Parts: sequence; structure tokens; C-alpha cells
Amino acid sequence: MSEGSHGSVQVRSSSAINESRIAISELDFFYGEHKALKQINLNLPNKQVTGMIGPSGCGKSTLLRVLNRMYDLYPGQRAVGNVMMDGENIIDPSVDLNSLRARIGMVFQKPTPFPMSIYDNIAFGVKLHEKLSKAAMDERVEWSLTRAALWGEVKDRLNTPAMGMSGGQQQRLCIARTIAVRPEVILLDEPTSALDPISTLKIEELIDELKHDFTIAIVTHNMQQAARCADQVAFFYLGEMVEVGPAEQIFTAPKEKRTQEYVTGRFG
Amino acid sequence: MSATVMTSGNVPGAAKNHAAAEALGRRRHRTNRIVKVLCVTATGLGLVFLASILFTLLIRGLGGLSPTVFTTSTLPPGSHGGLLNAIVGSLMQTVLGTAIGTPIGLMVGTYLSEYAAGSKLGDAVRFVSDVLLSAPSILVGLFVYALLVAPFGGFSGIAGCIALAVIVIPIVVRTTEDMLRLLPVALREATVALGAPKWRMIVSICYPAAKDGIVTGILLAVARVAGETAPLLFTSLGNLNWSVSLAKPMASLPVTIYQYAGSAFEDWVQLAWVGALLITFGVLAINIVARFVLRGGK
Repeated sequence: MSEGSHGSVQVRSSSAINESRIAISELDFFYGEHKALKQINLNLPNKQVTGMIGPSGCGKSTLLRVLNRMYDLYPGQRAVGNVMMDGENIIDPSVDLNSLRARIGMVFQKPTPFPMSIYDNIAFGVKLHEKLSKAAMDERVEWSLTRAALWGEVKDRLNTPAMGMSGGQQQRLCIARTIAVRPEVILLDEPTSALDPISTLKIEELIDELKHDFTIAIVTHNMQQAARCADQVAFFYLGEMVEVGPAEQIFTAPKEKRTQEYVTGRFG
Repeated sequence: MSATVMTSGNVPGAAKNHAAAEALGRRRHRTNRIVKVLCVTATGLGLVFLASILFTLLIRGLGGLSPTVFTTSTLPPGSHGGLLNAIVGSLMQTVLGTAIGTPIGLMVGTYLSEYAAGSKLGDAVRFVSDVLLSAPSILVGLFVYALLVAPFGGFSGIAGCIALAVIVIPIVVRTTEDMLRLLPVALREATVALGAPKWRMIVSICYPAAKDGIVTGILLAVARVAGETAPLLFTSLGNLNWSVSLAKPMASLPVTIYQYAGSAFEDWVQLAWVGALLITFGVLAINIVARFVLRGGK
């Protein structure tokens, strides 16, 4: 963890924002006729954490779901614009969704363990994309559970059902499951909103650890969490991205009045 | 608007009156008691019928229950016959009918839940399946008679199996669709987010997650067809001799009961009671297993 990151008003000290891993420009999103995102321009810096904040319904989760094309599951939802990653527009219809989602993993608000053992929960995603020997799979499972700070708690019961774990453990399992596929980007959609404070702390520590290897985007309603975890923060309001900048600047010296009102708790 | 104004001016109806409120309370109390008594009476009435059926079955059936029932086939009156051919025939037709109907029902249910969202074809299939679910089973028997028995020159065990399968299909379709739809959206999204293709999600995640409910549906379908008589009258017909050939007429418990219960011979009537006892408790056992399976997952 970085210094003093659990104080109530502490903000991660400003670090330089890296070059972008994903570059979003002129992005519009529609739920049927309703335009939920308007001309979004945002870069996700490589191996850093981007926090997305804003009141409910402002479009931050929608943006996350554009990045791994989750919206493709639902007819009537569509995105228009540019989301560039490695020179490719990932919202182009020709993109192979399964390999895209292997590169851009996602963890959801509620823990969603699969109805199988802890081991198989991890192995399921890996098997979709790689053929590993039993030994290599064992190694991958241990690696991902270790990275998710869960190995010590579950190493003696890998073959028991994942449903039997606590909520916080289940969420770390979901993170382990996501990183086991070895994505480049991890999207976290309010990953701690259903968890108790101790589990939340563990997940936040984990995020800090994971950003050494992964580019991370996290949607959160918890301002302190954004302040503690994020290098860069983007504020969304009514489908627009109002402001983006280093976390320290957004929380201490926002340029926009709406940002200031939101981060100081005057609305939202 | 302030709270003081609320009490009189803005609330429609008369101002609050304590005597009237108490009268209203008493009336509600009385209505509650009347409805409660009616409900309990109705429940009791239903249970009396059920208990009476089970009790009569036990009294009349247990008397005729002997090893011969399970070792000997049906024989002419007075020769101490059993029900072996009917029991085996019922088991074969029920198992085969379920085996034919279940995969079809599973696939249709999966189609309706996973692929047919908002499609006209899906709505039509669901409608037809629901109609089939409540269609009189004798129509199913006549349908298979016209389809398989009349054109191919004779009653057969396989025709009976197919008639039962036609009854199994809509039950399995309904429960499969319902159980798959009950799965949380988050579970599906989490699976897809790992890069899983849709078929993989359905087979590896959705089926295991919905397993208990789907298995229960299949067991309930088994319980239903195990006691069906009408569809078998026109298809497998019944057979007084021992036969396990699917190409020939095949005996079954319900049809044997139907034939024996109306006969003039005392030992046949007795065997009909035994058969009824076997079916009833067999179906009861399946229902208990189904409930057990359903609860086992929770």
C-alpha cells in the first residue's frame, strides 16, 4: 500500500500518468434510443489505476461494459466511436469477442462463483484459451490465487465448492479467476460494494499490487476508495465525462465546479 | 406542506374517529377469523380425500401383496397370476419414454431460455408446448395411434414409449426454461466476461447451476407418465403374456389395473388393487426424491 492511503482524506500523492493502454475518443453509447454516453474522450494509462466516479446512472458502468463489449449480449445496445487498443478499434463488429475478453477481464459488483470447486473456478477460464498440462494448470491456479491473496486461505480445500466461501473470499476468487486468464486490462465494476470493510481493505491492497502487471479501471461510489486506489480519476455526470486528471488534482483542485461539488459531497 | 395540515385538510375522507377505527378493527378481526376457518376446512377436506385414497389402497392392496406378484406374469383367472409383465412393461415404457422425451425437452427449454428472447418462433414454440402440457393425454394416445400404430400395422411397446415421451417433453421444456431463466444475470455475464462462447456458458455453467431444478422437473415428468393409462390404451395396448419386445404389444401397470379392476374375477380385482398400490407408492417415492433433490442444493 502507498503511504497513508487509509486516512479519510488522504489522496495518493501525484505520480506521473503513464502512456495510454486504451484510448477512448468520441465515444457515444445507446440503450435503444437513449443516449447514455456522450462524446467520451479518455485514456487508460498503462499499468495504472483509473477510477471512475459519479452519481448513479451517470454512465461510468456503461463505459466499463463498452471496454469488454459486454453490451453485445443485449440487442438494442450499441456503441459508436473509437476505443483503440494496440491499433485496433475494439468496438468494431469484426473483433473476436472471446479473445478480446481474454485480454480485458472484468470483475463484477456481486461475487459470482461458478457452481464448481475453487480449483475448477480458476481452471474454467484458463481452459477456454489455453491447453495446459495438469502440472502447469496446478501452477497457474496457485499463481493466480496467490496474486489474489487467497492461496493461504484455500490451499487445503481447493476441491471444495466455491459457494462455501465468504463473500470477500468469493470476490477475491473472482479476481483470481480473471487474472488466471492473464489479461492485460482488468475492469472492476464496484468490486467492494457488497463487501465488509475488512474484505474491502484486502481488495484495495490487491488492486495496488496488481497494477504492477495490469492496467486497471475501477468504477466506485466510494470517494475514499477512488482516492486510495486510483492514479487517475475521471468524473462522470449525466452521460458526460466532466473531468479527468491525476487523483490528487481531482480531489484537491478540480477544474470544474460540478466535480468539486461531487467530490466534496454536495450532491450525488 | 406541513404535518399539521396533513391530518385534516389534505387527506381525503372523514377526519379520524376513534370509535369508527375500533369498529373497523373488530370487523377486520372477524373477517380474518372467518377466512382462516374456511382455509383450514378446505385444506382438511383435501387431505381427507388423499388420506382416504391412501388408506383404502393400503387396506385392499396389502392383502394381495405377495412374492408371486413380482415373480409371475398375469394369468387367467383362478391360476394365481402376478403382475411381473405389467411391472416390467411399465418400467421399460416409463424409462424409455423419459429417455426419449428428456433430451428433446431439455434442448427446447434451452432454446426458449437462451436463444429465443423476443423471437416470434420462440413465443410460438412456448405456446404450443404449454398447450401440449395441458392437453388431455388420450389425445396424445390417439395421435401416436394415427402416427405409428395404424400405419405400421399394430400396437407396440415402442409406440407406448413415444406416447409417454410426448407427455414428458412439455413438462421438461417448462421446467428447463424456468430454471435457466431463474439464474442470475451476473452469473452469465461473469462467464462471458472470461471469454467463454455462449454454448460453453450454457453447458458448463448454466446447466450445473440449474441442475437441481431441471432434475426435479424430469422426476416429476417420470411420476406423471408412470401413472398414465389413456396414451397406452391406443399404443402399447397391454399384453397378458410376458413380453419385453418393443415391437409387440406390451403390458403396463395402469392398463392392467384398468382391465382387471373392471373384471368379474375376484383375484383379478385383488391384483388391480395391488397394482394401484405399487404405482401410487412408486410415484410418491419419486415425488419425495424430487423434493429431496431440490432441497439438497439449497
